[in-house]
Amino acid sequence: MRKILLAFMTTLAAVVSLFGYRTSTPHPVSVATSTVAAAGSGGTTTTDGGTTAATPAAPSTGAASSTVTGDVVQTRWGPVQVRITVASGKVTAASAVQVPSGNGRDAEINGYAVPVLDQETVSAQSASIDAVSGATVTSDGYVTSLQSALDAAGL
Amino acid sequence: MGLPVSVTVRGPHAWADRTDGVVRAFYADLRQVDRTFSTYRADSEVSLLRRGALSRRLVSPDLGHVLDLCAQAKELTGGHFDAALPQPDGTRLLDPSGLVKGWAVERAAAALRALPDADWLVVAGGDVLGEATAGPAWRVAVEDPRDRSRTLCVLPLRRGAVATSGTAARGRHLLDPATGRPVADHLLSATVVGPSLTWADVLATAAFVEGPASLARVAGTSGYEALLVDPDGGCTGTAGLQQHLPVA
Repeated sequence: MRKILLAFMTTLAAVVSLFGYRTSTPHPVSVATSTVAAAGSGGTTTTDGGTTAATPAAPSTGAASSTVTGDVVQTRWGPVQVRITVASGKVTAASAVQVPSGNGRDAEINGYAVPVLDQETVSAQSASIDAVSGATVTSDGYVTSLQSALDAAGL
Repeated sequence: MGLPVSVTVRGPHAWADRTDGVVRAFYADLRQVDRTFSTYRADSEVSLLRRGALSRRLVSPDLGHVLDLCAQAKELTGGHFDAALPQPDGTRLLDPSGLVKGWAVERAAAALRALPDADWLVVAGGDVLGEATAGPAWRVAVEDPRDRSRTLCVLPLRRGAVATSGTAARGRHLLDPATGRPVADHLLSATVVGPSLTWADVLATAAFVEGPASLARVAGTSGYEALLVDPDGGCTGTAGLQQHLPVA
């Protein structure tokens, strides 16, 4: 199975195309330890029209805990980057490494979106669900960065 | 903020170059839509139409088609979906965004549909569209509107769409076309399943506005099923979804 993710400009909310705002400083995915439980067949990759995102972690057996940091993604409010911890193939913790904090609105968004999504990441284990249908998700920078981290971990 | 859109392809050619090209085309198609329909761009066709700088007779085929769909949607939903929203000053403001979202993804997905030997799934900010013919049905969970880190139930999707309307993620952004004010608090969310994402989206939006009475309306729309969540978290659904409703 192959999963590709891209955020796109929506007619419903403010206009940001993450594809066009990729960070210029190379921020490769860093893996704290070398052991990551890999997905089954094929693994996953992230593309956005030509630029390959995070380098997939090498599959291996054994299940130590590892920390994967997603790409830095530029949003209209600044850079967002997420770090997740994977143990035995499951996400056990997710946190924002960088969040925009340039203006008052950022604090408002971050105050709501970041903690909710941290919990959501850990609760919504992907094993038995392919998608979630819900009220429109718009916390683009965080979700995209998390996705790149998940893809890198081969989940 | 951008809508996160993910595409999953399953099958022997998932990693083929052709699949790459098709998915790129899918995303390019979505980006094009913004140029016509974004209400946040002063130079979009919708914006020009709104301020009278463009005549209705001269709109592009895409915008013309969407406006026709909006008229059909208004009739289908008894006015609970209406792209012309009442403003405080009594005028009406055109905003087809609610229909464009599902329509754009569905149209762009035609490319994915053409992939040979491939099951595919698109998730666009809470809307889901996909086909699973070779492999097992896609498992689409319905978000719990009271707690976005939890899900209420899982719906198996073989071919079609799942759309959910509610206020959990973005606050009270949905307006009742009858009043121009935020929708009444009679439902936390409405989920509609059916063959078309465009219409599942329209019906879900209208159901959220209309409330519990929308169940009968969706039941009477051939091929579509609905699941409604009331303020206490209780779920009701049309006949086809009864087996999936969470046990109270």
